[in-house]
Amino acid sequence: MQTQRRFSEMDVPRQSTIIRAHQLCHSYGQGELRRQVLQSIDLTISAGEVVLLTGPSGCGKTTLLTLIGALRTVQQGELEVLGLPMQGASRDQRRSVRQKIGMIFQGHNLLRCLTAEQNVQMGADLLPKRSYATRRALARQWLRAVGLEPELGKLPHDLSGGQKQRVAIARALAAEPRLLLADEPTAALDSRTGREVVDLLKSLARDQGCGVLMVTHDPRILDVADRLLEMEDGQLQERKVLPQAGR
Amino acid sequence: MSLWPAQWWRARRIPLAWLLLSRQPARLAIALAGISFAGILMFMQLGFRDGLFDASVTIHRLFDADLVLMSPRSMSSISMAGFPERRLIQTLADPAVEDVTPVHWNFVLWRNPETRQTRSILALGFEPSDKLFINSMLGTQAPELRQRGRVLFDERSRAEFGPVAQWFRGGKLVESEVAGQRLRVAGLVQLGPSFGADGNMITSRETFVSLLPTSPHGSIELGLIRLRPEADPLQVAARLKKQLPQDVSIFTKQQFIEFEKNYWRSSTAIGFIFTLGAAMGFVVGCVIVYQILYGDVSDHLPEYATLMAMGYKLTDLLGVVAREGLMLALIGYLPAYAAGEGLYALIRNSTKLPVGMEPQRALLVFSMILVMCMGSALLAMRKLADADPAEIF
Repeated sequence: MQTQRRFSEMDVPRQSTIIRAHQLCHSYGQGELRRQVLQSIDLTISAGEVVLLTGPSGCGKTTLLTLIGALRTVQQGELEVLGLPMQGASRDQRRSVRQKIGMIFQGHNLLRCLTAEQNVQMGADLLPKRSYATRRALARQWLRAVGLEPELGKLPHDLSGGQKQRVAIARALAAEPRLLLADEPTAALDSRTGREVVDLLKSLARDQGCGVLMVTHDPRILDVADRLLEMEDGQLQERKVLPQAGR
Repeated sequence: MSLWPAQWWRARRIPLAWLLLSRQPARLAIALAGISFAGILMFMQLGFRDGLFDASVTIHRLFDADLVLMSPRSMSSISMAGFPERRLIQTLADPAVEDVTPVHWNFVLWRNPETRQTRSILALGFEPSDKLFINSMLGTQAPELRQRGRVLFDERSRAEFGPVAQWFRGGKLVESEVAGQRLRVAGLVQLGPSFGADGNMITSRETFVSLLPTSPHGSIELGLIRLRPEADPLQVAARLKKQLPQDVSIFTKQQFIEFEKNYWRSSTAIGFIFTLGAAMGFVVGCVIVYQILYGDVSDHLPEYATLMAMGYKLTDLLGVVAREGLMLALIGYLPAYAAGEGLYALIRNSTKLPVGMEPQRALLVFSMILVMCMGSALLAMRKLADADPAEIF
């Protein structure tokens, strides 16, 4: 019954393409007010790659991120995420793709009423067929990985900005994603904390064999990238990565 | 989801609904106060309503009768009309009828022996040798009424009739002026007031007629008929109805009770008023719970959107709101129930109405609260449609 398998259950071999966009276009508004934000984007990202996306604000970075994150429907062109065509994908198909994508937001977006541990478990709870105890152990394990085990009982309110962002990373990774999307994860952090968070993100993603696509304005973290993409006026360009001194 | 509890327990997730409620104590307190208030209002109003209907038939329930004869012109216990006593005697011809008790029933003015103020009291007149009440309520006091001018006073009558029971127990000779005649209290009974009658007294037919000399001779207000044990009251009632002329109506005891209740229910606005009061409580509760749940969903909209971005289903989130509603209903009902019990005790003491926490009403109020909370949750869920995961980046 190969043909009847659910999309989400299909296996994609590691070190293969996880994102492939071809002639991807996107626009907002209707008629006169129609504004093209993405123009013929071609993009390929493989598993295990850390790709940074930069560009001036309003250039369409976030739109590209939401399209890849299966949060928007594809209007024109082709987009394949984790081996699944996104053009014409149903609501439910997009949701099951999102279960395999970890997302880290500019403002951490933790649940205020949940402790750090419970927030991370909200990610682990998405994994099917695992007992509550297993998922809780997983949540602890990820909190330990981001160095926050002592704070597991604290509410987001009582955590610092860097700690909150680390909880958000643990939450994203706890769902065992194959792709991590991050939107300005360091925007609300000072440079040292931002550096730590990004390094952590990169090393954990590497260990999981998980691709990373990160939108950032922050010039201090560009060196973590395997590849650097620059977007301007809805068009994408590959830039050379400049290895920084000391790394 | 599996039906097996162990598997369900294993597959459970973070109890988000409970955490949302319990980690926002101020919001929870307001919600619970609103639900309890609505519940208490419903308990109060429905309790009063049922209490009224029950109180209106306190005496009706006590009559020792299988069938009851009444004038077709009698609409309720506060407007009893007379019918010829002959009709009651006629029923004795039926082989199923064992014996009968003619009863006089009217309101007379009772003068408070202490303050000298008069108040309307329900007087029942019967032949002291006849059976009147079940459970031998009158005890050995009935023969006392053979003497003219003696009455049995209902000690549950409202206090406005004077400290009759207290004086009587104290060994004092209690006399009062009733309908212009001096009567002596010969004993006490426990009947209870109703919305129609603030107090009751029982006397002999002879004394009764002397109190109301204008009432036509040979006319009674109530005829109690007792049947042989094997007889079916409904069959006998149907048979007697055919035989008797149209100037009497015949009821079984249960029909007699329902007839009285029905008067209060339909012919007066009382039932409507109390039902409306309960409905008001329901509406107020709905508004409060809706406000709370709607506010909760609105405040957490970015969080719900985040959960959707993570891959949670919309139905998972709807379930969270539904569970919040369910928990509010369950937790809010408890204080309402406790307060209801307390209020009923208060009503029993101050108005002497027979109001209690009946399982049926407890269940009804619980269902109303459940409908209130789940309905509000359902309306608040519409707000979840605004949670757009594409907007959170």
